[in-house]
Amino acid sequence: MDTSNTASSPAARKPYGMLALFDSAPAIYEAARTVREAGYSRWDALTPFPVHGLDGAMGLGRSRVPVFVFIGGVIGFFVGMWLAWWMGYYNYPLIVGGKPYFSPIFPFPIAYELTILLAAFGALGGMFVCNRLPMHNHPVFNYENFRSLTDDKFAVVIEAEDPLFDAEGTRTFLEELGPLEVTALYDEEDDA
Amino acid sequence: MNTTKDSLSHPDGGGARPAVLEEVRPANMPRRPIVENQRTFAWITQKVCGIVEGRAPLWWWVAFVISSMVASFTVMGLIYLTATGVGVWGLSHPVFWGWAIINFVFWIGIGHAGTLISAILCLLKQKWRTSINRAAEAMTIFAVMCAGIFPLFHVGRVWFAWWLFPLPNANVIWPNFRSPLEWDVFAVSTYGTVSALFWYMGMIPDLATLRDRVKSVYEKRLAEAKNGAQRTFETAYYQFRKYFYGVLAMGWRGSNRHWSNYEMAYLLLAGLSTPLVLSVHTIVSFDFAVANLPGWHTTIFPPYFVAGAIFSGFGMVLTLMLPLRALFGLQDLITQYHIDCMCKICLATGSMVGYAYAMEFFIAWYGANPYEGFAFVNRAFGQYSWAYWIMITCNVISPQFFWFAAARRNLVLVFILSIFINVGMWFERFVITVSSLANDFLPANWNYYSPTIIDIFTFAGTFGIFGFFFLLFIRFLPLLAFAEIKAVTPQADPHHHHDNGNDDGHK
Repeated sequence: MDTSNTASSPAARKPYGMLALFDSAPAIYEAARTVREAGYSRWDALTPFPVHGLDGAMGLGRSRVPVFVFIGGVIGFFVGMWLAWWMGYYNYPLIVGGKPYFSPIFPFPIAYELTILLAAFGALGGMFVCNRLPMHNHPVFNYENFRSLTDDKFAVVIEAEDPLFDAEGTRTFLEELGPLEVTALYDEEDDA
Repeated sequence: MNTTKDSLSHPDGGGARPAVLEEVRPANMPRRPIVENQRTFAWITQKVCGIVEGRAPLWWWVAFVISSMVASFTVMGLIYLTATGVGVWGLSHPVFWGWAIINFVFWIGIGHAGTLISAILCLLKQKWRTSINRAAEAMTIFAVMCAGIFPLFHVGRVWFAWWLFPLPNANVIWPNFRSPLEWDVFAVSTYGTVSALFWYMGMIPDLATLRDRVKSVYEKRLAEAKNGAQRTFETAYYQFRKYFYGVLAMGWRGSNRHWSNYEMAYLLLAGLSTPLVLSVHTIVSFDFAVANLPGWHTTIFPPYFVAGAIFSGFGMVLTLMLPLRALFGLQDLITQYHIDCMCKICLATGSMVGYAYAMEFFIAWYGANPYEGFAFVNRAFGQYSWAYWIMITCNVISPQFFWFAAARRNLVLVFILSIFINVGMWFERFVITVSSLANDFLPANWNYYSPTIIDIFTFAGTFGIFGFFFLLFIRFLPLLAFAEIKAVTPQADPHHHHDNGNDDGHK
């Protein structure tokens, strides 16, 4: 978040992309749709809260978090059943109240709770994995107005690595969307 | 929603419309706003972050000191118990499940409202939940911590409490998975863990906002510092806040690609927490219902316990949120509409609990089991009838005031009734636990159970522990889920501007 180095020596910076700032949910929605229709692929929208319908406007596919949840849940269920079987039937069979050593019925609450426990870890972990979080730093944090993006402003960022990106053309394109401002973002050089 | 006149009367809309439809005038019933006075996003951010970023008010310090002192009751009580033995509690033949299990069920039950608000109301798309879910989830976690203390120390030799978990020990023996008490170990520890995960994940975007504000808050506070000592403190506090929020926010930057995964994970956690919360109190009720004791051995227990848990939890949410709303001036975010909704849930669940009480009596009579019949007559008219009627008054009669809008608007009355609900639900667990144990099958076994002073202080102290953690939560973490609140304001709708004008106010 310390931008003093990069600001003082422009030579040590490499372009990351172009950011356009908007001040309302309808504006970011329209902007996202226009950017998508223009054919950009490496770009993102930054919003302080999930804007309803923005996934569709950006053309995002379905999230892959459910895969992690399903795997977690299946592991949890079988671990629960296996625990009760291995401990009560295999490793140390012990007669308690004349009940069978193992039955799929009585360990069901254990398997049920472990299903939920590991599926929940799958949800949180899956969210982190899919989002590549935690991330120590990111070029958008170099934007001097970043603070407002977790408060009440919205932004579209088109990355310089996008095949359609062109410093002048992309700036003009973004300015036509009616933003509050358009700013070039820079990344710090790896060995600067 | 928006397809009113235009699309219906469109020539392509298919065939002639009955003439009577032209005369239908839909009633104009605007939804009550979730955020009042058309507050902006920036106002909401400032309002909630300001609580954490400002200086601690005097009442906070007073409450914190009192809570810490009260919490020491539990600490002292538990030290004395560990040094002496479980006999310091009033447990004796035939009541060996006294206040410990009552307090455990009481605290676990309180937690359930937090999960109901965060999970079940999320699945039901109840947008008003966003203003209260964060504090209610915090309440859940701290309530589960308070609950866990009692069974942990009730095992007697607390240094062997890890035997509850299936861990290898020197006796090479494993837990008995046939026992509801072992199911409870899994249910409660899963519940505590999943609640914490859900709470934390919901907080990440708000923590990112706090992180981004740390520097400007520091600059402002440093300018206000009067001397070197204050400046040193502000700098040290800045370093702490920078790393605390920076680490917890995990580098969140509000990317919509992230929001997409985040919302999916949130929805799935809500979907997982819903069966979880229902299963936890179901399994807690199995602790009783699986035993062959009249008054415990009933199939109504799981739904009855879950309804009671939600009832007591909403009582506690009201007890906590009404003072906070007044102290922090949150009237625009926690509106009368929110209070109405919570009161109505108390009314509904309180009436369900009342129905369960009546149905237990009916089944006790209809089942024609003399022991079962006696257990219930004994509850209402036996040696613990005083507790039974406190329970009926607090749980069944007091929420009936919430039928009336005037009662729901009288916040002092709502606060008092919420305390009644808390008291009543504690007595419900007392009645269930003690009256069945004290008067079992053989009159020769009967006895009258009373708690000791250690019981009373240990339980009273848990309110201090709860208050201690809740006050710390208020100081350091965002009290309201403001990213979610912003998302349910009218200006968050990306089609907001288009609706104006062509829609006759019918929306």
